[in-house]
Amino acid sequence: MIEAVGLTKRYGAKTAVDDLSFQVRPGAVTGFLGPNGSGKSTTMRMILGLDRPTAGHVTIGGHPYRSLPNAPRQVGALLDAKAVHGGRTARAHLLSLAQLAGIPARRVDEVLGVVGLRDVAKRRSSGFSLGMGQRLGIAAALLGDPQVLLFDEPVNGLDPEGIHWVRNLMKTLAAEGRTVFVSSHLMSEMALTADHLIVIGRGRLLSDMSVTDFISANSADFARVRVPENAPQEREKLTSSLIEAGGSVMSEPDGALRVTGLPLPRISDLAHGADVRLWELSPHRASLEEAYMRMTQGVVDYRSTDDAKAGLLEPPQAPYGAYGPYGDAQGGYGAAPGAPGHGQPQPAEAPQQSWYAPPPPGQNPYATPGHAAAPHPAAPEPSPADAAGTKTSEDPR
Amino acid sequence: MTTPAAPRAHEQQPQPQPPHGLLGYYESPIPIRRATLGDAIASEWTKIRSVRSTLWTLGVMIVLMVAIGLMSALLIAAADTDLAGEPVVALGFFGVLLGSICVITLGVLTIGSEYSTGMIRTTLTACPSRARVLTAKAIVFFLLAFVITTVTATVVAGFQTAILGAGLDSGSVWLRATVGVGLYIAALGLVSLAVGAIIRHSAGAITVMIAVVLLPLVLALFMFSDSLRGLQRFLFEYSIPNQLGALYGSTVTESGPSGWEPLLLMLGIAAVALGGAYLALDRRDV
Repeated sequence: MIEAVGLTKRYGAKTAVDDLSFQVRPGAVTGFLGPNGSGKSTTMRMILGLDRPTAGHVTIGGHPYRSLPNAPRQVGALLDAKAVHGGRTARAHLLSLAQLAGIPARRVDEVLGVVGLRDVAKRRSSGFSLGMGQRLGIAAALLGDPQVLLFDEPVNGLDPEGIHWVRNLMKTLAAEGRTVFVSSHLMSEMALTADHLIVIGRGRLLSDMSVTDFISANSADFARVRVPENAPQEREKLTSSLIEAGGSVMSEPDGALRVTGLPLPRISDLAHGADVRLWELSPHRASLEEAYMRMTQGVVDYRSTDDAKAGLLEPPQAPYGAYGPYGDAQGGYGAAPGAPGHGQPQPAEAPQQSWYAPPPPGQNPYATPGHAAAPHPAAPEPSPADAAGTKTSEDPR
Repeated sequence: MTTPAAPRAHEQQPQPQPPHGLLGYYESPIPIRRATLGDAIASEWTKIRSVRSTLWTLGVMIVLMVAIGLMSALLIAAADTDLAGEPVVALGFFGVLLGSICVITLGVLTIGSEYSTGMIRTTLTACPSRARVLTAKAIVFFLLAFVITTVTATVVAGFQTAILGAGLDSGSVWLRATVGVGLYIAALGLVSLAVGAIIRHSAGAITVMIAVVLLPLVLALFMFSDSLRGLQRFLFEYSIPNQLGALYGSTVTESGPSGWEPLLLMLGIAAVALGGAYLALDRRDV
């Protein structure tokens, strides 16, 4: 059990971690998510007693790390895969750590086998690839067979097989009753690995909930319905009966319909009742990545600007081709149409460059006016491409 | 190279007792015992012998001491010069002076490389007691530097005595020129280690330490003014080369530290520097 209370770290004028309180429970993988520079690594260092908090405190099993009895046997950590002396062999590196913690030397060979580095144990780690370095770091974390494990970006630089292995490893470790705390900036990775999510941005807590809750709170499910292309009257008939039944319908450019608010069997029943044939009825889920980006877009520190090439190009012809600024604060989820197509036979156009973004669940308590992602009433450029947020990780088709 | 997640066999066995650890529900089957300073010393010994910089710095030092010691003895024997009452073993001075730079480098690197590679975070995660880590480093480094310097100095002094065919110097002279010099150089290395821990930057710390060794002598050489006479003498007498010479019984100046005094002085400086290093390491973020 890791418990942080009012954890704060300031470097001069910059506040890296701001009044962070959370708990990490045993028996589950807890994902620690945030954009680059949001304070994840600083928090991890404070948990391990490497950095001293400016205010607040963090304890592991009730003790601050530096006064934890037998700390290396209770807690294992991968902070930075490059934090090894490159001139030392993998085995010597692990042996020195094992000796320091009073762990028997044969455990070194054990963990070398677990992470698959047995063949290169006698090689200097400066020759290791990024993925091998990560494995060496994970081996160091596993040395003490600890109850609490911290991993800072463990899948960086790993190949697909390695990523799969790390995922399984985390789940196995948690299933054994250990506390597993994994930081990442990839929501997609955490969605597959973690049971619980702690999201921070600019050092502040944005969200602390289980992955299931996060999904239901943040992602929008919709059904794609396709009717025969040569039957526009059937399409209209289905649209009106779906709207009557309380669903909202949007039209996709290729003629398919995007339906929200109705379960799939109900859509099928309605179509049957209206005597409309369906060519497609498929469930879709907006990615968690989108929900995460929406949550953190106000708090991203390092944001690329649009490469305007101002004055170097002919004025662009079509605003559509433009890829908008990534995570433009104005764009955001402003696209969420209030009540699309209600009472109209003709459904509204679905945003083409993005998924259907739902309005935020309830109020976003973290959206401060300064960098809120709320739709700006007087947004100067209401072009659909901009308004839709331009996030295209999920292809509409 | 990749191995699928193969949980270790002993972890698959059902836990015999109901799980109730200090922190959670998992309890390791590996017996837990408290780590001690002895464990940290073993770890530092593994660290210091498993990097090439140790081999390089100490190797170069041995070569310098032996080569310069033998050459000076051979040159004097060939020229048939009179030593003017100086003890024969004092010929080892030049080799040791150059060799001290190697010890300084190793001392700084012992802790500096941890900072430059980021290894310090891994180390302090494995052992949250920072004082224990620094103590272990200091002990291992001091003993290594002392043994290598003393053994090499003894061998060189033996050769020099044999080459020049002179009679044996007195026991106390020998003791100072071997064990004394070994302790002095190892203490100088400890100062370097402490400076490395305070500065946390290898190149910076090595530069500072070489300046500490050379600068007083160089500055004193340029102090011609009468009003600076007192300072000049102080810098001469307490410059590290002169202190080293005093251990050998051959000094540039008449007054100043003599006999075992330079060693006590250097041990005192090392203690103060290490105290600063303890404070810095304990207080600062890493």
